[in-house]
Amino acid sequence: MRQFTTDDLTAIMRGCAGMDQSGGFNGAELHVSYSDLGYDSLAVLEIQAEIQRRFGIPVGDDAMDAMPTPAATVSYVNTLLRAGV
Amino acid sequence: MTGRLAAITGIGVVAPAGIGRKAFWDLLTHGRTATRTISLFDATGFRSRIAAECDFRPACEGLTPQEIRRMDRAAQFAVVSAREAVEDSGLALDAMPDSHRIGVSLGSAVGATMGLEEEYLVLSNAGRQWLVDHRYGVPHLYGYMVPSTLAAEVAWACGAQGPVALISTGCTSGLDAVAHGAALIEEGSADVMIVGATDAPISPITVACFDAIKATSPNNGDPEHASRPFDLNRDGFVLGEGAAVLVLEEADQARRRGAHMYAQIAGFASRSNAFHMTGLKPDGREMAEAIRVAMLRARIGPADVSYVNAHGSGTRQNDRHETAAFKRSLGERAYRVPVSSIKSMIGHSLGAIGCLELAACALAIEHGVVPPTANLHTPDPECDLDYVPNTARTCDVGAVLSVGSGFGGFQSAMVLTEPGRVRP
Amino acid sequence: MSAAVITGIGVIAPNGIGVADYWAAVLSGRSGIGPISRFDPSPYPVRLAGQVAGFDPAALIPPKLIVQTDNWTHLGLHAAALALADAAADTGALAEYEMAVVTASSSGGTEFGQREIEKLWRHGPGHVGAYQSIAWFYAATTGQISIRHGMRGPSGVIAAEQAGGLDAIGQARRVLRNDASLVLTGGTDASLCPYGLVAQLSTGWLSTHHDPDLAYRPFDPQACGYLPGEGGAMLVAEDAGHAAARNAPHVYGMIAGYAAAFDPAPGSGRPPVLEWVIRAALSDAHVVPGAVDVIFADAAGVPERDQAEAAAIRAVFGPGAVPVTAPKTMTGRLYAGGGALDVATALLALRDGVVPPTTGVRAPAAGLGLDLVCTEPRPARLRSALVLARGYGGFNSAVLVSAAPAASGGGGPNKEKEAMTCGSSPRTT
Repeated sequence: MRQFTTDDLTAIMRGCAGMDQSGGFNGAELHVSYSDLGYDSLAVLEIQAEIQRRFGIPVGDDAMDAMPTPAATVSYVNTLLRAGV
Repeated sequence: MTGRLAAITGIGVVAPAGIGRKAFWDLLTHGRTATRTISLFDATGFRSRIAAECDFRPACEGLTPQEIRRMDRAAQFAVVSAREAVEDSGLALDAMPDSHRIGVSLGSAVGATMGLEEEYLVLSNAGRQWLVDHRYGVPHLYGYMVPSTLAAEVAWACGAQGPVALISTGCTSGLDAVAHGAALIEEGSADVMIVGATDAPISPITVACFDAIKATSPNNGDPEHASRPFDLNRDGFVLGEGAAVLVLEEADQARRRGAHMYAQIAGFASRSNAFHMTGLKPDGREMAEAIRVAMLRARIGPADVSYVNAHGSGTRQNDRHETAAFKRSLGERAYRVPVSSIKSMIGHSLGAIGCLELAACALAIEHGVVPPTANLHTPDPECDLDYVPNTARTCDVGAVLSVGSGFGGFQSAMVLTEPGRVRP
Repeated sequence: MSAAVITGIGVIAPNGIGVADYWAAVLSGRSGIGPISRFDPSPYPVRLAGQVAGFDPAALIPPKLIVQTDNWTHLGLHAAALALADAAADTGALAEYEMAVVTASSSGGTEFGQREIEKLWRHGPGHVGAYQSIAWFYAATTGQISIRHGMRGPSGVIAAEQAGGLDAIGQARRVLRNDASLVLTGGTDASLCPYGLVAQLSTGWLSTHHDPDLAYRPFDPQACGYLPGEGGAMLVAEDAGHAAARNAPHVYGMIAGYAAAFDPAPGSGRPPVLEWVIRAALSDAHVVPGAVDVIFADAAGVPERDQAEAAAIRAVFGPGAVPVTAPKTMTGRLYAGGGALDVATALLALRDGVVPPTTGVRAPAAGLGLDLVCTEPRPARLRSALVLARGYGGFNSAVLVSAAPAASGGGGPNKEKEAMTCGSSPRTT
């Protein structure tokens, strides 16, 4: 079964959210909210939409609340992948 | 100050469920909703598949085959509204001594997107060809690409040769365009301004872009009740379309010719939140500042405001933002003045809505009736003002405040006042 | 009433970025016209344009902002930053509601829009990105500049094709009179994507000539249309008293007069309005035609439009009475960016006492009656410059800029005094 990793998220954010091309997350940043990392609500929506497009999983309207941080995103997406939705 | 003031002497409307100002006012005062399943294109696969559409047949509205071919839907709305407004004003524009004193200020948020998208599909082989084929380009394609064409069409239709502008400040375009026209009359650059706003955004690209940010209501099963500003169960705005055009005249001139005046533009101000392109801070600070300055210019205080036409788009963020702005700018009066959103009935037609709302405000002054907020059944505890739920209200309407809030951070507020002694 | 002065200029043009680079290019006749490289133009009859070379948004604009905006806005954001820096305006220290942004837009984020429509129709609705809602629409640049610099005054966006840049400057002056003390104004454009170019082709006004030096030759006997370009300029317009109080480092000149009007509907038989607009702008500035030292022409390069413009200039000023120039031959027509760039160029001409050339034209067509400054710059004593712009559909606008009152040492001919009194008395029409 496919896993969603921090590297996947980083690649997506470099592509669509303007993350620095050499940038990534350090351990602490994974648990910081997107807004505190400097990503606005539109960027978060775009990240979610890109996950949906690439991984073929439905990211619902409640996703915004379910994945406030990069770590939460990774875990939420993996839950969806495991559930096979 | 020159002491010149702009008065509204004509109103023309193309709105969902009603072409013409009479049908429009009838819909609003009966609290009916014009929101429905999208019929303008097949919206299968879209998140939001509902909108408030105009039942608009251009040939029946007097447009010639040549005009219909040349004009995008938004331009058609604008020209039909402009003709109704000019006729309503009783002004013989052809007979005016100097057509350079007649101008146009038209607002539109997205211009001729519909025409642009339709032509793109032809030229790109339904999106498959990035290097689009110029051999299939229609002669008026550039007219679609530049939104200024909308204002040009109205100027041609009215014989205006004075200052002509297309104002495009997102969802405050309508309010800002009317304000621009009023400013030109006040400063003496024009004596008559044909002002208004038009938008026809119910096309796949615009519906999809609001889907992408989850701004529109996904309540596809119950479109008639989907636009629910200030209701706890709101879930986004419902896209609309239409146009409204007003004839503005210098008030003394209008009085001298015995024109019927609906209202006068008493004050306006706009501010930007410089915060976020789509986000709003909950404190309503910049909108409150716009309201404060608009009232100052109109020389009225909160106690004088007899009706507030809210932006009331039906997003949680907006409803809280502007409720806070009203409290901040009107103080205690905010709790007593009727506040309503006609977007509950005709949806949110982006730039056009600001002028449709001003038309409703002018008609509210004229008839002494305040239109309701439809679909308001479960009040949001955080929105604790009098939103005139579901039923229109008869009351004396002297001074009206209309506000708008737009992508880009724009916040605009206008005060209309009753024309006073010349009212019949 | 205090005058509206220009205290900052930010240029981002096909032949130069920043005032110094651009102005040096203009005076030396260095053109920014070249083959279109942004996409493969070979299927199209027009393959040349003015592209801004050496503009790297990634080095100048935060990456999170770049992904959310079209190239048109990237250009606008950088031009705005240059203008504010040139004006030494510390937006963090000035009153937030006293600073406004008024830009012109001609066609919005064309390339961004084409890309998103393509995604929609190739892949489906879920593939349209979240930024389409804020990148494509005409208000994107004003909104983003307002946010980036914390400018919370009465902002606006005007669309009038090529005339819009001058209308934005006229509106900036209006805002300064009523509502603010500093307005960032001007415009940029970038419609060089396949759909943008193809839409422009529909007018029949673009030049299909393939020689970059000869393709855009307004007023030339061989005039054969114009070339499009990208870029533009942003200006800091400021209340003269406000500029003086904060010791603004430059006062390039003032917005002495402005007027706009609209041509009659095609086929109406009524005359075009450009002559009326020129007279109205001069009247607004309380000056006579003799006070104008140079005219920056709209210069469509389309023979009948060139003739109409020349006729209006002749009617007001007399044949060959005032030097006329169109340095936009080096950039192409920049639509929303054109008016502000022409005004910026006019202000630099006033500053340095030199009329920049209309490159590519050896001599204007006989019968136009124009003293066109061709090929080489012409030194001249300049106090007032008239800038003209005509937008597709019938928009006609004129801005008169003149040397700022503070910069004048007094004395001089009467016409200069007249030029300096503008703004101090009510408009008489």
